[in-house]
Amino acid sequence: MKRHLVSAADLSRDDALLVLDTAEELAQLSGRAVKKLPTLRGRTVVNLFFEDSTRTKTSFEVAEKRLSADVINFAAKGSSVSKGESLKDTALTLQAMGADAVVIRHHASGAPARLAQSDWLHGSVINAGDGTHEHPTQALLDAFTMRRHLNPGLGHDLAGRRVTIVGDVLHSRVARSNVLLLNTLGAEVTFVAPPTLLPIGIENWPCEVSYDLDSTLAKTDAVMMLRVQRERMNAAFFPTEREYSRRYGLNGTRMARLPEHAIVMHPGPMVRGMEITAEVADSPRCTVVEQVANGVSIRMAVLYLLLGGATLADAPRTEAPENAA
Amino acid sequence: MSSYLIRNAQILGGAAQDIFISEGVIQEIGTDLTVEADVDIDAHGLIALPGLVDLHTHLREPGREDAETVLTGTQAAAKGGFTAVHAMANTFPVADTAGVVEQVWRLGQAAGYCDVQPIGAVTVGLEGKKLAELGAMHDSAAAVRVFSDDGKCVDDAVIMRRALEYVKAFDGVVAQHAQEPRLTEGAQMNEGQVSGELGLGGWPAVAEEAIIARDVLLAAHVGSRLHVCHVSTAGSVEIIRWAKAKGWPVTAEVTPHHLLLTDELVRSYDAVYKVNPPLRTADDVHALRMALADGTIDAVATDHAPHPMEDKECEWAAAAMGMVGLETALSVVQQAMVETGLLNWEGVADRMSHRPARIGRLSGHGRPVSVGEPANLVLFDPGYRGTVIPDSFATRSRNTPYRGLELPGRVHATFLRGVPTVLAGELVEPGELA
Amino acid sequence: MTASLDSTQPRPPHQVLDGADISRVITRIAHEIVERAKGAEDVVLLGIHTRGVHLGRRLHARLTQITGREIPLGTLDITMYRDDLRLKPARALEHTEIPSGGIDGKLVILVDDVLFSGRTIRAALDALGDIGRPRAVQLAVLVDRGHRELPIRADYVGKNLPTSLREAVQVRLSDSDGHDAVLVGDRDYAARSSQALAADPILPE
Repeated sequence: MKRHLVSAADLSRDDALLVLDTAEELAQLSGRAVKKLPTLRGRTVVNLFFEDSTRTKTSFEVAEKRLSADVINFAAKGSSVSKGESLKDTALTLQAMGADAVVIRHHASGAPARLAQSDWLHGSVINAGDGTHEHPTQALLDAFTMRRHLNPGLGHDLAGRRVTIVGDVLHSRVARSNVLLLNTLGAEVTFVAPPTLLPIGIENWPCEVSYDLDSTLAKTDAVMMLRVQRERMNAAFFPTEREYSRRYGLNGTRMARLPEHAIVMHPGPMVRGMEITAEVADSPRCTVVEQVANGVSIRMAVLYLLLGGATLADAPRTEAPENAA
Repeated sequence: MSSYLIRNAQILGGAAQDIFISEGVIQEIGTDLTVEADVDIDAHGLIALPGLVDLHTHLREPGREDAETVLTGTQAAAKGGFTAVHAMANTFPVADTAGVVEQVWRLGQAAGYCDVQPIGAVTVGLEGKKLAELGAMHDSAAAVRVFSDDGKCVDDAVIMRRALEYVKAFDGVVAQHAQEPRLTEGAQMNEGQVSGELGLGGWPAVAEEAIIARDVLLAAHVGSRLHVCHVSTAGSVEIIRWAKAKGWPVTAEVTPHHLLLTDELVRSYDAVYKVNPPLRTADDVHALRMALADGTIDAVATDHAPHPMEDKECEWAAAAMGMVGLETALSVVQQAMVETGLLNWEGVADRMSHRPARIGRLSGHGRPVSVGEPANLVLFDPGYRGTVIPDSFATRSRNTPYRGLELPGRVHATFLRGVPTVLAGELVEPGELA
Repeated sequence: MTASLDSTQPRPPHQVLDGADISRVITRIAHEIVERAKGAEDVVLLGIHTRGVHLGRRLHARLTQITGREIPLGTLDITMYRDDLRLKPARALEHTEIPSGGIDGKLVILVDDVLFSGRTIRAALDALGDIGRPRAVQLAVLVDRGHRELPIRADYVGKNLPTSLREAVQVRLSDSDGHDAVLVGDRDYAARSSQALAADPILPE
C-alpha cells in the first residue's frame, strides 16, 4: 500500500483485496462486547473537515476509536482565515502536534493530493472526499458491500459483476472513485445520467455510458443511485425534479426489472422522491444501512493498514531487531 | 553615455558582425570594425535581436506591490530581453483614467529598465458596463493606444462594438480577453478528459472561440482593429485564420506557456499550473505553434502574471490564476519554435518585437537592427542550457511553471536606447543606468 | 548445544522431532487435558495463527476420539494485539473464529507451536480479555524453547527444547509445509542461506 489514500487509483488489485479482506475480519468486532482493539494506541489521527459531513466524519471517528487511536477533530469550516493560507498553516499546525494521519474532507478537488505531495506534514493523508474529485473509502465500502452480496469470500474480487451507477456523475466524487476501484476489481461499470450530468471526455473512461435507465436494469447486478441536489435544476442541468425522477429515478416498477439477486445501493444521504422512492429505499434489496455499517469496517481496515505497522514517523526505530523465534 | 562595440554578434541569426552603438543609436554595422568604443563586448556565439516588446504584462503596481512593482517587473523584462512592455490595466485602482495610466507611465520612466506603455481599461472598473475615458487616456502623457479589460471579457456585444468604433479616432486597438462568462462560471481548468477525471470545473474552448468569432465579425462590421489576447485553442486559431483571410483588421497573441505546456500538468493539482486561459491539450499546443509559425498569430505575449506565494501554495480552487513569464519567454520560444524548426531567429524577432510594436503603435521599438535605428537590442546565447531557478528571478514573484526544468538559451545583454540594462546575464544596478 | 555455540560456521537445521513424534506428543497432551480438566467438559480450544491453528485442529480430533464428544474449537489472530506492530509494515490479518458457545465461564486452552519470549501469549491473553471472560486460560505448546521475556508458562508442553538465542526453531506441519517435523538450526544459517530462507519463509515465534 502507498503511504496515502488520496485516490482509488492508489490501490492495486492486491491492495484493494487486502483492504476488503482486512475489513471482513474487522467486521466481526461489531458483534463483540468490547468493540475495541489496542492496535493504534499512541497514534494520533486528525479529522480535518473543511466541509460538513456528519456521516463520513462519524464513521471515521468510530473506526479510529475502535482502533484506540487518539482522535482530534479539527473542524476548519467557518474559519475566516484565507483559504489558501489556512490549508498550509493548518497542515503545519497538525504536523507540529504530531499527527500520524490526517483524514481530510475538503470542498476543493485536489486538496488532499496537495497535502499528500507537500512537505507540510509527514503523516498519512486519507481522502474523506474532496470536491467533485474522489471519495476512495466510500468506493471501498461500496465494493465491500457488493462483494458480500455478489461474490462473497476472502480474496474474491468483482470480476464480471455489472454495476450501474445512476445520477449526477458530473459532480460526484463517489462515481469517480467507484469507477476506478470497480475496474481494478474487474467489475463492469455503466453510468446512466442525462447528458448534462456526465463529464466531458467520459467516453474515454473505463465504463459504458447510457442515457436510458430502463434498458440497463435487466443487465445489472448492483445499481447505485447517486444523490441529485435540487440546486442543479437552477443551473439548467435538468428541467424539473419531476422530470428527473421520471426518467432517472428508481421506483418500484423499475426495481422489479432488476435480476432477482441484484442489490440497490446509495451512498447517502438519499433524496427520497428524487432519485429514489421510499418504496425502494425501504425495501430489503436496498443496502444503504448496511453500507454505513460496512463503512466503519472499511475505514478501520484502511487506518490499520496505513498506520498499524511501521510508518515514516517510526523510521528511526525500524533498525531494531525483530524478536522472532 | 558610454559607447559599445559588440563584436561578432549574429544579427537575427545571420553571419557574425560587429555593431557599434553610441548616443543611443546604432552607428555602424560591419565586420572587423575599427572604431574606438568605451566598452567592447565579445558576442561570439550570441544572436542579436531587436529589443523584445511584450503586449501583455501585469506589473501589479499600483495596488499589488506585494506581487510586483513597476521597478521589479521592468527588471524582469530587461532580464528577459524586453525593451518595452505593455502594462495591463487590472491594477488597484484600475487603470481606467488618465491619472492612473500617467502614474504607471512615469514609474516606468523612473525605473529606466524598459519602456512601460500603459494599457487603458475599456470599461470603468473593468466592469463591462460603461466605457472608460478612452480618449483622455490617449491624450495623456501615457499616450494609450491599446485598451483592454484583460482578466475580464468585454462580454456585452454593444459595449464591445462601441469600444471598437470609438478608438478608431486615435488609431487605438481593443485587446480582448475572450472568455464567455456564463460558460466559464466556476471554471478551474481546460474542460476535457483531465478536468472530468480531476473533478475540476471546466473552462471549455468554446467559451473563448465564441467571443473571438463574435468580435472578429464586430471588427469587420465597424472596420476597427481588434487584438485577441492569449489565444489558447485550435478552434480560435481557425477563426482568426478565417478572419485574416477575409482581410479583416484582426491580430492575435499567444503566450509562451500555451506554446509548451498542457493540461496534463494539472493532474498534480499544483496551482502553479493554474492560469487563465487555462493550459489546453497537446493538439491545441500544436495548432498554436503552427499558427505562430505561419503568422496567423502575430505575436508572443507573456501574460506575465506575478502572484505572491500564498496565492499559489494552496488548494487549486483557492489559488490565483497566472504565471510569471518575462524571464523565460525567449527560452520557451527557442524550445517550442526555433528548436522545432518552426521559426528562425528572424521570425522570432518578427513575432516578439516587430509585430507587437506595430500592434501597439510603438514607434521607437520593433525596428530593424540597422544603422541609424535606436539601439534597442538583445544579445541572446542560444547555446546555453540551464535549469530554471525561480530564486534567481528579478520579478518579485516565483510562480513559474518551469521550476527545475531545463530550458535553452539565456539573455546575455539588453540595451535600451544604447543603455545596457543587462550585461553578462546580470541586471545593471539602478545607479549605473546611463 | 555447546557444539553449536562454539561453532564459527552456521549450522544447518537438524531435526529434533519427526512426524511420529509430533503425533505421539499431541496424543499425550490430549490425555493430559482430559485428566487435568476433569473430562474436558468446559474446554474450548483456540489455535493461534498460523501453526497453532493446525495443532489445535489435531488436538481437537484427538480429544474427540478420547472423550467421544465435540470439543469447541476456534482460532485466534493476535496481530492487532502485538507489541511489535511498529517494527514492520502492517500485516494481513488472519481469521479469528470464536466457537458459537463463546468463552465466558469456559476453560480456554490456547494452542501454539513454539513458546519462546511469551509475547505472543501475552497478546493472546489481551485478545481474550476483549472477547469474553473465561473461567481459566491454559496454554498448550508443541515446543518450549525457553528464553521467556514475560512471566508466562505453558500448562502442556510437547517437548522442552533448550536452545541458544543464536538458534531458530522451525516447526513444519503437513497442513502448511508438506510434512511434519521440528528442526533446530542457527538463525544465521537461515539468514545467510537464501535457499534456507526460501524453504522456510516463516520463523515461528
